[in-house]
Amino acid sequence: MEKGEAKSKKPPRLCCICNERRPVLKRAKTLQQICRECFYEEEIHQAIVKNRLFKSGERVAIGASGGKDSTVLAYVLSELNRRHSYGLDLFLLSIDEGITGYRDDSLETVKRNELQYGLPLQILSYKDLYGWTMDDIVKMIGLKNNCTFCGVFRRQALDRGAALLKVDKLVTGHNADDIAETVLLNILRGDIARLSRCTSITTGEDGPIPRCKPFKYTYEKEIVMYAYFKKLDYFSTECIYSPNAYRGFAREFIKDLERLRPRAILDIIKSGEDFRIATTTKMPEQGTCERCGYISSQKWCKACVLLDGLNRGLPKMGIGRARGGGVNGGDHKKETTVKTLESKQCGSLDF
Amino acid sequence: FDMACNSSGCESGGCYGREKENGCKVVDVKETVRLCVKCKSNEPMTFGDGGSDDGRFCAECFRSNVYGKFRLAVTSHAMITPSDNVLVAFSGGSSSRVALQFVHELQVKALKNYEASRDRSLPVFGVGVAFVDESAAYPSLSGGMSDAIELVRSTVLSLSPPEKDLHVVTIESVFGSESVEARDRLVKLLDSVSDETGKEDLLLHLKMLSLQKVASENGYNRLVVGSCTSRLASHVLTATVKGRGYSLSADIQHVDARWKVPIVLPLRDCVWQEITRLCHLDGFDSLKTVELARHPQSGINDLVSSFVALLQEENPSRECTIVRTAAKLTPFYFNKIPETDDSCVPMATQRRLKKFNLKYDGSMTTEAFCPICNGPLNGSDSSEDESDALYAACCSSCRFQILPQEPSSLDHFGSLLPHHMISQVKHHQKFDSQTYLREKIKDCLLLDDEEAV
Repeated sequence: MEKGEAKSKKPPRLCCICNERRPVLKRAKTLQQICRECFYEEEIHQAIVKNRLFKSGERVAIGASGGKDSTVLAYVLSELNRRHSYGLDLFLLSIDEGITGYRDDSLETVKRNELQYGLPLQILSYKDLYGWTMDDIVKMIGLKNNCTFCGVFRRQALDRGAALLKVDKLVTGHNADDIAETVLLNILRGDIARLSRCTSITTGEDGPIPRCKPFKYTYEKEIVMYAYFKKLDYFSTECIYSPNAYRGFAREFIKDLERLRPRAILDIIKSGEDFRIATTTKMPEQGTCERCGYISSQKWCKACVLLDGLNRGLPKMGIGRARGGGVNGGDHKKETTVKTLESKQCGSLDF
Repeated sequence: FDMACNSSGCESGGCYGREKENGCKVVDVKETVRLCVKCKSNEPMTFGDGGSDDGRFCAECFRSNVYGKFRLAVTSHAMITPSDNVLVAFSGGSSSRVALQFVHELQVKALKNYEASRDRSLPVFGVGVAFVDESAAYPSLSGGMSDAIELVRSTVLSLSPPEKDLHVVTIESVFGSESVEARDRLVKLLDSVSDETGKEDLLLHLKMLSLQKVASENGYNRLVVGSCTSRLASHVLTATVKGRGYSLSADIQHVDARWKVPIVLPLRDCVWQEITRLCHLDGFDSLKTVELARHPQSGINDLVSSFVALLQEENPSRECTIVRTAAKLTPFYFNKIPETDDSCVPMATQRRLKKFNLKYDGSMTTEAFCPICNGPLNGSDSSEDESDALYAACCSSCRFQILPQEPSSLDHFGSLLPHHMISQVKHHQKFDSQTYLREKIKDCLLLDDEEAV
């Protein structure tokens, strides 16, 4: 194709949003042509404004793993905070699960981000909180249900970290692909209650630490493109213990689906939002864990049940449908928290 | 070392490794005497298909298990009552063959009771069979079609007494005739749909329309469709990935009375494995050529089927879990048999239906429906400021995958659609909830609008 000739015959296309600069890429979702600058920072800004995610003066912790989602999130949020004067106090909160050859490397990335973006960093480790690293846990239970442990522990760790930092809100980098996977997983696993909550952009509003997902409508592909164009520093390896996770099925399927019909990812999320689920099925009864005071719908919170199992050498405890409608394996970290009040906390952490 | 469990409380395939918890016995597969776990007298059937539950039941008990599920579905949802005239949609595939067989056996039983009873109070329901010839849409089918139809005919003939009418219709009959023009129109319509999946789905909607047409023109008041659990599991996922989460619960219940002739799904609780095993057992011929030639391999529907097959390999109860989850979604008011002022329904049946709340008031129409797929419309989807009536009337999924993307092509597309679909659009255009409600209550209004405060 003679590009030179084509250019002289008609004016070059301009970025669809600003109509000023030359477009450099196509949106994965809509195939629109946009320039690097406009590329989706403004779309995130719109999502934040439309869904009223933040209030001026709030202290906000960004769940930072060093991976692409949280790095881009930290970058975009601090940029938009400045550009649109959100008035937010931003922090980086990182959890060290104790996975050699994976987490120790990605934490180095977060430490660099702290310097690059000028955001204070807090790191909490499973070792300090629970007395077990994921390496220890996998040595004991193998590779089948390890993601359950990690997900449950991480959720609680993030909440405790948020309390330590005295923040008003937690944001995570869950993207559209993640949420679509979670919708599918909940259908496959029969979890109607989770199905009704997993598409909300903000969760846990009536608890101490609400969480939100500004990237709810952002495709993973676009996050990768953004990080590439902005030359952001992130850690791109998959967790070394993840290949056996059930979520892998859903992820492969969604990749194939995206190839056939890109908008299907958003359509899955839309379906998740539109499912007719009776409000009575939604929330389990709220309470607190007898052992540690964390939020729980059972006598003991899931983390305590799992920990107890580990400490007693009974790794199957808390896995499967054994007691009280507990969680069935799978990747917990993507699911939303149960809303409730928290009473006193164990250890040295204050609420 | 296979550890099969004979405890009656055990679910199939779920017992491995749990023998300490519920105290069931471990049976050595190499024992020479093995008995059916249900009747404990016959030798169990081995299908050798690698599926679960193989070698546990004898042929009779297996068959009665599956038939039992069918019969339970029929009675608990009032699918077929004595005064009904039932049309069975028969594609020649295994599922619809089993549905036809079971409906026939139910009818035979009813006839037996009728002839044995003194007062002959309960009539025997009528059964007809419909086959849709889709060769206009899938030209590769035309070669084998007349043979296929002959096979269908002889199958229906073999299922008498009682005799059953067979209705063979072409898919282009939705346009009112089976002429060359109708065939051409169908081809033009399908060609104007650029999305592969949209084309497949549009064809499904047209097929349902043609079945509805056969049913209502020939006095049937029920349409039996052989969809099994496995088919519904795929549907749950395809609906989800197409953004049809709102209308999903309407499609997967035992009864779907949105249509003029209500649809019933008596095999909803049977899995594909049971159906194929039954066909094998009873020696049913299936129209494989018709089934296989039909499907192109490139759309979302096929991607989902492959995905479900993969999940089934990993866990044979996955299909059931998917449908069970979706069954927890709230159904619609029309997912029950509609109440009709039918004086020829026997009193005992009427009382039973009322008692168990199995019917609903047919005049209650609170939902608006997409003219193409007949899916209930989610309020948030409607865009009243749309200039094109057809576009405004359709659900977001049909707008994307079926309607042409160019607004200028919408009119032409609308002219190609069957009249039945378009006539709904005009109705929708005029739908104004305030006027509609006022119409319903006008008898009770004392003042005119102008006089009311």
